[in-house]
Amino acid sequence: MTDVITRADPKPDLPVAPKRGSSKERWIRRAPLLPGLIFALIITQVPFLFTLVLSTLDWNALRPGDRSFIGIDNYITVLSDSRLRSALVNTVLLTAGAVIFSMILGLLLAILLDRKFFGRSVVRTLLITPFLVMPIAAALVWKHALYNPAYGLINGIFGGSTDWVSSYPKAAVIATLVWQWTPFMMLILLAGLQSQSEEILEAARVDGANAWHIFTRMTIPHLRQYLELGALLGSIYLVNTFDAIFSITQGGPGQATTNLPYEIYLTTFRKFEYGEASAAGVIVVILTIIVATFALRVISSLFRMEENR
Amino acid sequence: MTALAAPARNKRRLVNSVWGIVAWVAGIIFVFPVIWMVLTSFKQEQDAASNPPSWVFTPTLDQYVTVFDRNITPFLLNSLMASVFSTLLVVVLATPAAYALSLRPVDKWTDVLFFFISTKMMPAVAALLPIYLLTKNLGMLDNIWTMVILYTSMNLPLAVWMMRSFLLEVPREVLEAGEVDGAGLLTSIRKIILPIVSPGLAATALICFIFAWNEFFLAVNLTATNAGTAPIFLVGFISSEGLFLARLCAAATLVSLPVLIAGWLAQNKLVRGLSMGAVK
Repeated sequence: MTDVITRADPKPDLPVAPKRGSSKERWIRRAPLLPGLIFALIITQVPFLFTLVLSTLDWNALRPGDRSFIGIDNYITVLSDSRLRSALVNTVLLTAGAVIFSMILGLLLAILLDRKFFGRSVVRTLLITPFLVMPIAAALVWKHALYNPAYGLINGIFGGSTDWVSSYPKAAVIATLVWQWTPFMMLILLAGLQSQSEEILEAARVDGANAWHIFTRMTIPHLRQYLELGALLGSIYLVNTFDAIFSITQGGPGQATTNLPYEIYLTTFRKFEYGEASAAGVIVVILTIIVATFALRVISSLFRMEENR
Repeated sequence: MTALAAPARNKRRLVNSVWGIVAWVAGIIFVFPVIWMVLTSFKQEQDAASNPPSWVFTPTLDQYVTVFDRNITPFLLNSLMASVFSTLLVVVLATPAAYALSLRPVDKWTDVLFFFISTKMMPAVAALLPIYLLTKNLGMLDNIWTMVILYTSMNLPLAVWMMRSFLLEVPREVLEAGEVDGAGLLTSIRKIILPIVSPGLAATALICFIFAWNEFFLAVNLTATNAGTAPIFLVGFISSEGLFLARLCAAATLVSLPVLIAGWLAQNKLVRGLSMGAVK
């Protein structure tokens, strides 16, 4: 103890605030960050630079040796190609459909789970299970065991002989995605519901507010951030949907469920149009940056809330 | 007051149990496709493909035996290697980085955090071709270490954000007190930081494991017979038109099992990981 008292220079500044120390001190602070940062820079940024270069080449892997620089021609080809436009529309429809429906279901389930009842944690475990099934396994089980016209469970229970996948391809893909992603939305919204102050809700009840008023005037505004976060994170993950389309519909029938990832995959590995696939990739990156800017804004507002606590 | 409150409380309790039953029904409906998958995996093919669906049947392990006969083991081992090694690498890279972004932050630490998260938002499809060409030129196609590296970069932003949010929970007073007592960096990591963040570290590792284990897009394009991971084993079932429904369900159950267990274990931290630490 005496040791502590006689220490001559108790450092006055907090170890937390980023202080302008000597350059050695700053490098000591940076050292633990560098391996991860350099790794991320190399593995994620170099391929994108490479994509940019490739997108200016006339390169079809089936015609060896022929890789001339053609500037923005690939972009013109890709943007004037109706396949890419329909893939873009399908991406928006599939993503929006899956996000909106999983959000609504997730909200209803979160409200149910926000109450105390017997076996609540068991029900929560049941509800998150769909999210944990391997996506391609889930897609194949839905395709063969649920949607199949002859012996699928849906026709088995409700009768009829509808071929769900070929009659309603988009809905079939969306339903599978909604089933997998509802737990994700539910968990985020449940966290939001549980962060409401119980005292304020109780006070509102004492003041005679009914449940509907409390829900619309207090809970929904409180949940807004969580709804936004769920929608944006869900969109970021779902916009890249590949497994479900690859296994349930292969983009068909026709092009009905071909989204951008699947279309670019086809251009790359079925048509071997490397230049065009890269140009399409760059366009997808630009679109993602637009969406991601909104996502970052939401995340950073949550982030600031946390800092201020 | 108490005379009024008691019936009100009873009423609320009744309402709660009614909604509890609704929640149970919803939970069972939701999990039903999984139950059906597991049930079907214990059927013979003719029971699996019956219409109307057969609810009563003699359970059999035949489908699991067939799946192992068809050599699922190397696929499972590849997945295990890719997931475990990438998770270890992620933890080794992300934990010090998160430390430098939380407890002892570098200048411009917010920019670095947002750089990490922005790499998570970039669609993998845009990087697929260059990654394919680079790995091909390096002779690293169909190599499990390629997958380890790619899964590490895929999970790194998530782990940095998650670990950062756990590290921020280390009380500063305790850290400072330790420093005053002359604890060196290693001592305070071992004695103060690790005990507080180790549940968070475990949850981070489990979530990285889940994402690596389930990854399909990169695996299907970059691996084949040598380094094929568990999801690749399922590709053969895509066009089988349900001829092997019970076998498909057995394989699907088997490949999903590790993640189901990991997810159930990590479920209290799942939301925090999925929202990158933004939601507690």
